[in-house]
Amino acid sequence: MVNLIWVFLAATGIVYAMFNGTMDEVNEAIFESADEAVMLTIGLISVLVFWLGIMRIAEKAGLLKGLANLFKPIFKRIFPEIPPDHPAMGYILSNFSANLFGLGNAATPLGIKAMEEMKKINHHSSVASRSMVTFLALNTSSVTLIPTTVIAIRMQYNSANPTEIVGTTIIATSISTIGALCIDRFFYYRRVRRNKS
Amino acid sequence: MSIITTISTWIIPFIILIVLVAGTLKKVPTYETFVEGGKEGVRMAISLLPFLLGMIVAISIFRASGAMEGFVALISPILQILGIPSEIVPLAAVRPISGTAALAVTTDLIKEFGPDSFIGKLASTMQGSTDTTLYVLTVYFGAVGIKKMGDALKVGLLADLIGIIASIMICSYIFGF
Repeated sequence: MVNLIWVFLAATGIVYAMFNGTMDEVNEAIFESADEAVMLTIGLISVLVFWLGIMRIAEKAGLLKGLANLFKPIFKRIFPEIPPDHPAMGYILSNFSANLFGLGNAATPLGIKAMEEMKKINHHSSVASRSMVTFLALNTSSVTLIPTTVIAIRMQYNSANPTEIVGTTIIATSISTIGALCIDRFFYYRRVRRNKS
Repeated sequence: MSIITTISTWIIPFIILIVLVAGTLKKVPTYETFVEGGKEGVRMAISLLPFLLGMIVAISIFRASGAMEGFVALISPILQILGIPSEIVPLAAVRPISGTAALAVTTDLIKEFGPDSFIGKLASTMQGSTDTTLYVLTVYFGAVGIKKMGDALKVGLLADLIGIIASIMICSYIFGF
């Protein structure tokens, strides 16, 4: 899918330029933008290093665990099929906390562990269980507190207030997460109704 | 409205303060741990480079040739009815499919319209507010060998749509057109 989009952008651009007489601009854009991408990545290093450093301390200090405990009562309701003391619940909570802090790399292995545990609950079936679908809904709409990379890019292009978008991001991400959970419930109850009739 | 802007400014320094104090109280070797985590940041940025470069070059070709303008002009009447700024459409289309591609589109929009423009702020909000559905599904279901995904894809894509609509509404309300 990404491959197709990538080729589509470049190929239509070049073909369009043939008819539009903008081949000079295209030539210029190729080399300028490659250069720019390198400069951008170097600029990203500053924020990523700082934030991942701070978050490593948060992890070691047990803040992620504390957060997980805070959310436990809510998650018991979101995942009614998982016993509260099952390891699956623990992994789900740590995955959520890691995502909250924008620690994508830490969140992924925890999420995979959570999936493995849920598969055990589901008797090792190769069909996705109800909890799995809910878990993925939660993950695809991932709640993020600090959109680190976006802030870094805004800084690169001299924003007067790079962090201005944190508030709107938190609201948007909360709405999409709540939405995802509602849609998940809707599909679940539809499945249940279908199986009855 | 100003409350949200104030929270935006305060939240990062505030989190840093909490983390540093908590780390010290829990006797974490703070500075050394920071350096250790920071090294991962360097690796992450460097590994992003080829993804960003490839996609940014392709988008630049698309934009420089004039194809982007043609495309936007083509679909803008429909979007105007829905109240969606047409410049944002490429981002909304790519966001559920590829995270790095979306990041490249966001960067392009921020560069083109400026980070403090309405489009710049909207793109920033949209980029930060959802994750890449296709990537998440592939990684998690692939890792544990689930073959039947059930409703997961539908739920994920619909959630993305909600995120996109929510971003547009919130940004219109808070930042205005």
